[in-house]
Amino acid sequence: MLRPNDTKGKLIVVEGIDGSGKSTQIDLLYKWLLSKGYSVYFSEWNSSALVKSTTKLAKKNQAFTPATFSILHCTDFADRWENSIYPLLKAGVIVLADRYAFTAFARDIARGNDPHWVRDMYSFAFMPDAALYFRVPLDIAVERITGSRAKLKYYEAGMDLGLSDSYEESFKIFQGRILTEYDKMVDEFGLTRIDGTLPVKDQQKKVRALIKQILRDFEGLPNPDKKPIIVENPQAFKKRKKGGK
Amino acid sequence: MASSEFYGAGFPYRDFGKLTGKLIVLEGTDGVGRTTQVDMLRYWLEEEGYAVADTGLTRSELTKSGLDAAKSGHTLGPVTMSLFYASDFADRLENKIIPALQAGFIVLSDRYFYSMIARDSIRGIDKNWSRDLYGMALRPHLILYLRASVPSLVQRLIHGRGLNYWESGMDLHMADNFYDSFVAYQTEVIKELEELAREYNFVPIDADKPPLEIFEDLKRPIRLLLHNRLTRSERPF
Repeated sequence: MLRPNDTKGKLIVVEGIDGSGKSTQIDLLYKWLLSKGYSVYFSEWNSSALVKSTTKLAKKNQAFTPATFSILHCTDFADRWENSIYPLLKAGVIVLADRYAFTAFARDIARGNDPHWVRDMYSFAFMPDAALYFRVPLDIAVERITGSRAKLKYYEAGMDLGLSDSYEESFKIFQGRILTEYDKMVDEFGLTRIDGTLPVKDQQKKVRALIKQILRDFEGLPNPDKKPIIVENPQAFKKRKKGGK
Repeated sequence: MASSEFYGAGFPYRDFGKLTGKLIVLEGTDGVGRTTQVDMLRYWLEEEGYAVADTGLTRSELTKSGLDAAKSGHTLGPVTMSLFYASDFADRLENKIIPALQAGFIVLSDRYFYSMIARDSIRGIDKNWSRDLYGMALRPHLILYLRASVPSLVQRLIHGRGLNYWESGMDLHMADNFYDSFVAYQTEVIKELEELAREYNFVPIDADKPPLEIFEDLKRPIRLLLHNRLTRSERPF
């Protein structure tokens, strides 16, 4: 299971199926916290520079199985955990994560992996101080995604599971499974449910009220210049320079 | 498939049917001569008429380039490295080893996940976490453990491919030079492997002997396995 946070920092995560509006909410939260003078770091799911080339290649070649999909996404998380999230929490930073271990618990299990196996794999990470779960009914989320984006991607639509030949149909079934897993985790992990069908502003009000409570008496690392924190991976940096971009 | 064929949950989303082949693992630390022995065993088994497939650590198409790049820098953390190797392991197991076993091959695995647990444990990774992670692993039919002393490893490597950064555990800052670091690190690795040998029922083979004698010692338990005559203490389960 997830360990308790024993650092001076605070860990706040948002969760929800695609199209739940969680990224919009965490972005607003990020800007607000920064403007208040907190040291804030933002970490996104599947964004490790070290693991990126491997994930990209596997997606392109459709080479993932449910197990390797799961382990490699945990590898990505572990790299962000070891190189940024954990040390920054130790330093007293507020770390915001757009998707966290719960995404793996929902998705990897919807793909047929063993629930205990996936949970054990992430047991090096902390239970967040706040885990906000943006809940929207399936049809609304599906409409938001299929209406706004050009084309669903293979793994995003769960095409590897052979649920349907149609990307859209497969996406619906797959997202439905993920939604079921999320709903189960509300009690298991005490996720805070926020109604993702409410107007953006109303949702943000609830989010801020909640976070205010969590940050009561919180000192944290000072940030007098209100500067964002960027963690460069020197290896990724070197690569980019080599490529001339 | 009965789940007892796996150490843990295996790959619960797939039914592999009956695995008619045999999985034989060669374990042992760096420079112990595993690769040479795998080559000789393969030749021997093929001559005897068996279909043989071999596989080693980090040879998966999925992770090879990414893992090489990650290891070339200094930002690779121990948990990340451990998981990277586990991805590779799962990929080879699911896409190479198991299909070969379905087809009735003898699979010779140059190492298995035990070495990875040993190496990770020295880098501060919780052993229970590692064991859970490798719950997807298939139980081999036979685990041959090439047991060598550090002086014989040093002798073999210095006259062979040389001491390298990872095999010397230079990332652990145990010493200021490759030789002292190699000795300190490999002593730790061997200690861990000895512990795993008891836990997982490795069949120990004295690897301080000359390669041809080791080869003969390896053939004996393999013959027994292929004729279903291994004793209980020689079977991994």
